[in-house]
Amino acid sequence: MLTLTCPYCGVAADETELAAGGEAHLKRFGPGSTDAEFDTYMFARENPKGVHFERWRHAYGCGKWFLAARDTNTLEVFGTYPAQSSAPPQHIRDAITAKRPGWTWRDFA
Amino acid sequence: MSTRLARGGRLINRRKAVTVTFNGRNYKGFEGDTLASALLANDQMLVGRSFKYHRPRGIVASGAEEPNGLVNLGQGGGFEPNARVTTTEVFEGLTAESQNHWPSLEFDVGAINTALSRFLPAGFYYKMFLHPRSFWKHVYEPFIRQSAGLGQAPKARDQDTYEQFNAHVDVLVVGGGLAGLQAALTAGQSGLRVLLIEQSAHWGGRAAVDDPLIDGTPAEFWIKTAVQRLAALPNVRLRTRTMGAGVYDHGYALAHERLTDHAPEAGKPRHRLWRIRAGKIVTATGMIERPLSFAGNDIPGVMLASAVRDYAVDFGVSIGDRTVVVTNNDDAYRTAMVLHQAGLIVPAIIDARVQADGALVRAARDLGIRVETGRAIARVKGGKRVTGVTICAHAGEGSGLEDIACDAVAMSGGWSPVVHLWSHCGGKLIWDEGLAMFRPDATRPPTGADGAGFVFPVGGANGMLRTADVLTDAVAVGASVSGQAAGDVPVAVDSEQGAILPVWLMPQGATLKLRQKMWLDYQNDVKVSDVQLAAREGYESVEHAKRYTTLGMATDQGKLSNINGLAVLSGAINTPIPQVGTTTFRPPYTPISMGAIAGVARGDLFQPVRKTPIHGWHEASGAEFEPVGLWRRPYAFLQGHESAHEAVNREVLNVRRNVGLLDASTLGKLIVKGPDAGRFLDMLYTNVMSTLPVGKCRYGLMCNENGFLIDDGVVVRMAEDTWLCHTTTGGADRIHAHMEDWLQCEWWDWKVYVANVTEQYAQIAVVGPNARKVLEKLDGMDVTKEVLPFMTSADGTLGGIAARVFRISFSGELSYEIAVPASQGRAFWDACLAAGAEFGIQPYGTECLHVLRAEKGFIMIGDETDGTVIPQDLNLGWAISKKKSDYLGKRGQERSHMVDPKRWKLVGLETVDGSVIPDGAYAVGTGTNANGQKNTQGRVTSTYFSPTLGKGIAMGLVERGPERMGEVIPFTKGNGTTVDVRIVDQVFYDKAGAKQDG
Repeated sequence: MLTLTCPYCGVAADETELAAGGEAHLKRFGPGSTDAEFDTYMFARENPKGVHFERWRHAYGCGKWFLAARDTNTLEVFGTYPAQSSAPPQHIRDAITAKRPGWTWRDFA
Repeated sequence: MSTRLARGGRLINRRKAVTVTFNGRNYKGFEGDTLASALLANDQMLVGRSFKYHRPRGIVASGAEEPNGLVNLGQGGGFEPNARVTTTEVFEGLTAESQNHWPSLEFDVGAINTALSRFLPAGFYYKMFLHPRSFWKHVYEPFIRQSAGLGQAPKARDQDTYEQFNAHVDVLVVGGGLAGLQAALTAGQSGLRVLLIEQSAHWGGRAAVDDPLIDGTPAEFWIKTAVQRLAALPNVRLRTRTMGAGVYDHGYALAHERLTDHAPEAGKPRHRLWRIRAGKIVTATGMIERPLSFAGNDIPGVMLASAVRDYAVDFGVSIGDRTVVVTNNDDAYRTAMVLHQAGLIVPAIIDARVQADGALVRAARDLGIRVETGRAIARVKGGKRVTGVTICAHAGEGSGLEDIACDAVAMSGGWSPVVHLWSHCGGKLIWDEGLAMFRPDATRPPTGADGAGFVFPVGGANGMLRTADVLTDAVAVGASVSGQAAGDVPVAVDSEQGAILPVWLMPQGATLKLRQKMWLDYQNDVKVSDVQLAAREGYESVEHAKRYTTLGMATDQGKLSNINGLAVLSGAINTPIPQVGTTTFRPPYTPISMGAIAGVARGDLFQPVRKTPIHGWHEASGAEFEPVGLWRRPYAFLQGHESAHEAVNREVLNVRRNVGLLDASTLGKLIVKGPDAGRFLDMLYTNVMSTLPVGKCRYGLMCNENGFLIDDGVVVRMAEDTWLCHTTTGGADRIHAHMEDWLQCEWWDWKVYVANVTEQYAQIAVVGPNARKVLEKLDGMDVTKEVLPFMTSADGTLGGIAARVFRISFSGELSYEIAVPASQGRAFWDACLAAGAEFGIQPYGTECLHVLRAEKGFIMIGDETDGTVIPQDLNLGWAISKKKSDYLGKRGQERSHMVDPKRWKLVGLETVDGSVIPDGAYAVGTGTNANGQKNTQGRVTSTYFSPTLGKGIAMGLVERGPERMGEVIPFTKGNGTTVDVRIVDQVFYDKAGAKQDG
């Protein structure tokens, strides 16, 4: 059972306090988008063994959504940051680089 | 014969006799006995029958690894199947029954299977029960069900109580042997919070049996002192009878504490599940001895050498007068010497090693015990009890050299570290060639949130055999997990040990006939020949071989059999053991009770029940409740002797003719407020909410990005920047979360707040032709059509209670829904009933609500929708804005499949004969699909008897339905027949809508 620290209220929350929300940093495609764009937005997901970015909600806590960078294989957590981020902040990227040099995830590195 | 020795037994209190009952017979034991030692003290070696062949099974081990001694414990509400006799502590009045035999343990008809074992090889079930297919249901399945499972499922409700406990510690130490005690002592010096748990009732593990000298004192004394020192540390908690069940992500662990199993006492919880968050976990779980694979190694009287020693030292029980010891290592020599010193006979030690001259071997020889090196057991003689062994050369095929009479065999195939907890969360193992064991690979531990290992194996669990090594390891680990420098290590003296000879088959060249009598898994009847057969048939992966042969399955999970089994597999496929690997270790380490998993979450506490402010009135007024989410809503209010169906019909007609009262408090109520609230709602709903004038109501549909309908409800604009969104009863929390998701994660710069005020208001619907008269009698607001027309809202007071009135209708009748503060809900309900008495007011329930809405053709989320239905399917195009450039689901609804004219669409359905169609019935199409099943062309989504119309009515989704009005098509009735159904308009009642507008 994972423990993730909510970046809003600072609580180190057990997984039972949290609700998982799937992959982070999705770009929404609405009306006017191509079938391929919409399909990718809705259904294409990363499935890495390693560095991954996820959405979590502190559902039984402060109620805020946040994002987590972690390793799906070792369960190491590189950091959590507010959901109001269109890309992982630099300090999170640096933390990952320190542990996983050369990592990439979608267009991020 | 096994019996109680005149002396010895460090764990028993000979002054206090205890009587236990096994299979209806009474046995005398002593306080401190396990059920196993009490039975053995009375020569009750036979304790069960094996799973497949119903072979007689005796006790093999002395601890949690016992595969055979499984009994039904207790009776009635205290019944528990598959209780291990080796870990069950006796108490006065304990009753146990053996399992898996008929008609009796001594004489079991199923034992015929052993004669048929030639026809019951590995994978028997898969091969045998394949053909003919028609036999499956009536012949094979009943047969397999009859023979499946060892214990019986309890029949009575569990009489005991259970609890759960959360603990947060810095260091969790699992296992209270020497390693665990020392690691906890060292870690405890740091002042960190330490929890030390031990699965048995005693500290020290097996150390007191082998009795090394520690700091110049006997092990037992050192253990006692260590526990006293730990107890004096305020930051250390100690728990016996608490088994470390599982290790999970990020330092989470479960432990199972048996509180009153050993001394049942009413009013106290039986088990306690510890839910532990640990910074670091030290696994001091010791080792388990391995059996040896020789023919007849399953005959009662063949026991692990360590267990024979434990029974003698701990309980003063001898397994036999003459015990042959068979081994491939030095440790078993300790057993021979313990027996010898107790005055029992050890006719010979059979050692597979050609050379054996360690200190223990020399000591045994010095005692005059006959030691035969390079020898093996060719076969054990006996049926329900060992009568002798035939010895042979280990290097050969099993030709007998000599028969030795004996009534017990003590075997040792070496030791395996208990690596379960290390492995649960991903810790990897390495094969130690020299020690012939898998042990934790310190370079590949399970990792925590910081990326560092969080599980630290120590002592035996880490592959240490010598006491001095164990204590040195424990001090080092205890210091490391608590961030200290390693301190002094107690000085331990025990015997050095000679090298082990890995022995996976005994003798190494055993013939097939012998291999067919070599048991790997006693519980599931898996033999050496079965694993070899599986390998030949291609089940070369250890995980496949396990499932094909059932090796290491069921209650013991292969604690004795796994390593031997995979070594045999390794030999069969010519692949080294490390490449074969182990099967996956999964929690729990030993079975834990379902009661502990449930904890207090049973009966009334199983889940919370949400109650409206008017719930008490419902209970007192004949309501039949139905669960809706966590709510309990009245299904119908029964009067006198009427049935629920009669009550529903009465309620419907009363609403249509007079006036009804509905507790609608469970409806979701979300306040959406802020400068961007209108813009936000335009994205969430398919129609436009931003243009809604203040005081007006509008029905809205919500979809997900896939375009599928997820909720509906009436939206009210309360102020320029404030909207009130009604959701379905079950949808309030879900839709609230949906709104928060989009606000926080997509449109986070929009200035909007959402508040869920569902429980802040009671909401009561006054519905029917007399509704206005009731409100006018309550007095306080103008509720006339002119001032408060259909789909408007007004604030005021009614009957002296602050009220917000909505003219909305889910029934097609003149209808007002009135929200009042929750604290006033009951008062307002009572006032409505009093005011409405003269107008024929009656409360109605959810089923009446359903019938009313179905008569009117209104959809219900969850009936007409199932997560694959878009609003267009439900002819709700009028509620979808064509002007908006975007809303959630718009793009999804543009996909080709969503605009396919062949989609099933909503229509009304009427049986030609007036009957009620079964719910969920399918419309039969023409032709068959690829599987030969009839094609379908629609299905029923809602179906009721309409008392208003006096016949069955329904709604359903039918292919091109709206284009086929008047057509008659067959629907299945679920009993093989069909009923003719006419496709009609979905609105059955007041098509013009005059009543609700009135």
